[in-house]
Amino acid sequence: MTVSATAQATEVTTGTVTAFPAVEPTRAVRDTRPLRLITCGSVDDGKSTLIGRLLWDTKAVKEDQAATLRRDSGKQNDLGLPDFALLLDGLQAEREQGITIDVAYRYFATDKRSFIVADTPGHEQYTRNMATGASTADLAVLLVDARTGLLEQTRRHATIASLMGIKQFVLAVNKFDLVGYDRARFEQITHEFRELAISLGVRQITAIPMSALKGENVVYDGKASMPWYEGQTLVEVLELATVRSAQTVGFRLPVQRVSRPGESFRGYQGTVAGGSVKPGDSVVILPSGMVANVTKIITFDLVRNAAVSGDAITLVLDRQVDVSRGDMIVSLESQPQVGLDFEAHLVALQSEGIQPGRRYWLKSGSRRQRVTANPFSQLDLKTGNWHQRTGVLAMNGIGKVHLSFDENAVFDAYEHNRTTGAFILIDPDTNNTVAGGMITAKRSSVTGLRSDETRVVLSLPADLADQLMATELFSRRRDETDLLRMTASEASQIFEDAAGGI
Amino acid sequence: MPSTLPETELHNPQTAKTPLDPHLKALENEAIHIFREVAAEFDKPVMLYSVGKDSSVLLHLARKAFYPGRVPFPLLHVNTGWKFAEMIAFRNDIVKKYDLDFIEHINPRGKAENVTPFTHGSALFTDIMKTEGLRQALDAGGFDAAFGGARRDEEASRAKERIYSFRTPEHRWDPRAQRPELWNVYNGMIRKGESVRAFPLSNWTEVDIWRYIQVEDIPLVPLYYAKERPYIERDGMMILAEDPRLELLPGETIQHGSIRFRTLGDFPLTGAIPSQATNLEEVIAELEIATVSERQGRAIDRDQSGSMEKKKREGYF
Ligand SMILES: Nc1nc2c(ncn2[C@@H]2O[C@H](COP(=O)(O)OP(=O)(O)OP(=O)(O)O)[C@@H](O)[C@H]2O)c(=O)[nH]1
Ligand SMILES: [Mg+2]
Repeated sequence: MTVSATAQATEVTTGTVTAFPAVEPTRAVRDTRPLRLITCGSVDDGKSTLIGRLLWDTKAVKEDQAATLRRDSGKQNDLGLPDFALLLDGLQAEREQGITIDVAYRYFATDKRSFIVADTPGHEQYTRNMATGASTADLAVLLVDARTGLLEQTRRHATIASLMGIKQFVLAVNKFDLVGYDRARFEQITHEFRELAISLGVRQITAIPMSALKGENVVYDGKASMPWYEGQTLVEVLELATVRSAQTVGFRLPVQRVSRPGESFRGYQGTVAGGSVKPGDSVVILPSGMVANVTKIITFDLVRNAAVSGDAITLVLDRQVDVSRGDMIVSLESQPQVGLDFEAHLVALQSEGIQPGRRYWLKSGSRRQRVTANPFSQLDLKTGNWHQRTGVLAMNGIGKVHLSFDENAVFDAYEHNRTTGAFILIDPDTNNTVAGGMITAKRSSVTGLRSDETRVVLSLPADLADQLMATELFSRRRDETDLLRMTASEASQIFEDAAGGI
Repeated sequence: MPSTLPETELHNPQTAKTPLDPHLKALENEAIHIFREVAAEFDKPVMLYSVGKDSSVLLHLARKAFYPGRVPFPLLHVNTGWKFAEMIAFRNDIVKKYDLDFIEHINPRGKAENVTPFTHGSALFTDIMKTEGLRQALDAGGFDAAFGGARRDEEASRAKERIYSFRTPEHRWDPRAQRPELWNVYNGMIRKGESVRAFPLSNWTEVDIWRYIQVEDIPLVPLYYAKERPYIERDGMMILAEDPRLELLPGETIQHGSIRFRTLGDFPLTGAIPSQATNLEEVIAELEIATVSERQGRAIDRDQSGSMEKKKREGYF
C-alpha cells in the first residue's frame, strides 16, 4: 500500500480555496492566464492586417513563414510591405477574395504576458464567426477606417461584443496614414464611438490612432507621424488589460458525465463554472433539488482539498443521489434560478433567423433540452434603440426573446456567470447552431398583485442594484419585486415609452 | 452509501509533482473538458494516436480526464509502414503500460500496390496511406467522433478550425460552412454517417506542449532528443539513414551528427535538425530561440501554400 506523504499533507491544509502552494513562476509571461482578445469591425478596416503586424513586430513569425508570406504577397501595396493579412487569412477562399471568412486563432507573447487572439471577419454574412470569437474574449479591439468612420457593421460588432460580456474596448482608428494623420478626424471618430459605448454601458475604452499596415502605434509608437499623440500603443494597452474576473456567484458544477469505474465508486465529472468547493460543503443537485455533502474532490494527481472556477474535477458525494449528465451541482447558499420561463438576449446566426414558436434544442453547459424562443424586441443598429417587435429575428439580428421550456431549466444571469448564463440554440432539422444567447432574467413570477397597489419602477446602475439586493431588507422581500437587467439605452427606451403612454 | 475506495488509492504518487502554472493549468482544464464532453455525447469515439509528442500529451490528458476510470475509447494508429522503427517500439510499450484498447490500420490497397514515398512521391503517398487509410479505419470502426492532437498554431488553415470540426459522411471538411462555436458549449448533434473531429489541444502552442511534457514528465520517443545519428541530405532535409529501405541516390553519402526531430512521421518525409539538446530543458531552450517553425521539416506541408487545407477537405486530420 502506498501511503504518500503528499496525500497526508494535502489533507491537513484545509480551509483555503487555492489548491496549490505558491511556487516561483518559471517566466513572467506564464504568471497569469493568457489574455483573450478579438479584432472586430467592418469589412476591410484592417483587422487581419493589424494582427499580422502584431505577430510580425512581436517576432511571432518564423523565418520560413516570413519567406512564404513574401512569396504569397506579390506586390500588394505601394509601400512595398508584405500583405500582413495573409498571416491570418489562411483559407484558399479567403486568399482569393481578399477577405476573412472565418475566425483565425493565433498565439503570441511579449515579455510581460501571453495572448490568444481571434481575428474575426468583418463581412455581415459571417457575423456568426465574429460571435464565435467574441464569446470567449476578455477584450475587443474595434477597428474603424479613419476615412469612413463608424458603420452599421461597426455598431453591430460593438453591440455583440458588449452583450457577450466584453467590458474592455480598444478603438483602433486605422488607416490613419490615409487621412494625413489628421488629429481632428481622430477626435471626431472617438467622440462618435463614446456615444455608442455609453449606450452599450461600456466604460473602459482606449482610443488609438493607428496605421496597422505601417505598424504605427501597434507595437512601436507613431511619434514620427503624429507627435501630438501621447497615449499608449496597442501592445501597451493589451499588456495591462485584465483577464475576465472571477465569477461572482456561488459554486457551479455542470455534470458532464458520471464515472463508475467500479461498483463502489461514483464520481461526477465536470468543470467548475463558478465559485469554489471543498470537502464537507453542502450542495444541491438541480433541477431535482436534492441535497448532499461533498466528501472528495478527485483529480489525477491529487485528492484535492478545494477546487475553484475553471478546474476540471471529479466530485464524490456522501450519499446515493440521482445525478446524471446535464444536472448542475451548486452551493446550497447561492443557487441559480430554476424555472420554465426565462428572458435572454439572442444573436441570430443563420439565414433562417429565429422563428417564433418553433422548437429548438437549447444547449447550456452539458444540458440539452427543448425550448421555444419567442422574440419580443429587436435592436435597431442605426439608432441604437430597442423596438418592441415579435416575429422572426432575422439573421445577424440582435433581439430579446422569451424562452419557454417543457422541463425545468437552470440558469444564472449571463452578467453574473458567463458559463451558466450562456446557451446556444440548435435547429433540430439541420443540427446547425442557429443562435447564441445570454440569459438576462427569469421571467416574472410576480402575480396576483392588487391593481390599485402603487409600484415604483427604478432604473439603477447594475452595481448599485446589486448592493441594494444584498441588503437584508431587500432579500426578505425579494418575492415581491420584479427585476430585469438591460443596457442603459434599453432602460431609457422603456422610460421614454412609458412617459409617452401617460 | 459513501464511496469505499480508500483515500490513498485515489492519490497517485507517481504523478504528483510540481504544480502547473496558471497558463498550462487553463489549457489542461480545457482539454479535459473537451474529452469528457465528447465521450459523453457520442456513441463511438476513438482517439487518433500518431505516437508523436502531441499524441503523447493527448493520451496523458485522456488518462487524466477519465481517472479513476479507464480511457473509455480505443486508440487508433493509422500506420503507413514507413514510420521510424523507434516509434513503433515506443507505441507498443505505451499500449501495454497503460492498458489501452488499441487498433492499428495500414491501408491494404496501398500495401498491395506497394505504395511508397519513393515510388509515388510524398503527396500521393500521403493521400493514399494517411488520408485514405484514415477514412477506411474510421468507416470500419463506425466511429462518430475522432480525437486528434492538432493545434491551431501549426498552420494557417488549422488556425481556422473549430474544436468540434464537423465532417460529412465522406469525411469532408467545409471550411466555409463551419458551425458557430460559442463559449465552451459544443454542438455535438450529427446525423448517422456524419462525424466530428475533436481537438482538445487546439489552443496549445509548441512551447506549451514541451513545457507540459516537462512538468508532467511524459515519456516520449527518444528521437525528439539529440543524439549522434546517421543521416543523408536530400531535398534540403536531413533524412535519418537507419532503415534498410532507404536507397542512396548518386552523390548521397551517409553522414553522422548530433540531430533530433521536432515532429515525427514517416522517416523519408521528416527532416531532422542539427541539435545538441539531449534533454527537455535543452529542447525548450532551443525552441525559445528557434527562428523557423516546426512544420518546416515536413515534406507534405511544403508542397504549396494551402496544401494542408486541401488535404483536410479530403479527410486528412
Ligand atoms: N494604407 C493602409 N492600408 C491598410 C491599413 N490597414 C489595412 N490596410 C489595407 O486594407 C485592406 C484590407 O485589410 P484587411 O486586414 O484584409 O482588412 P480586414 O478588416 O481584415 O477585412 P475583413 O476581415 O475581410 O473584414 C488591405 O489591402 C490592407 O493592406 C493601414 O493602416 N493603412
Ligand atoms: Mg480580415
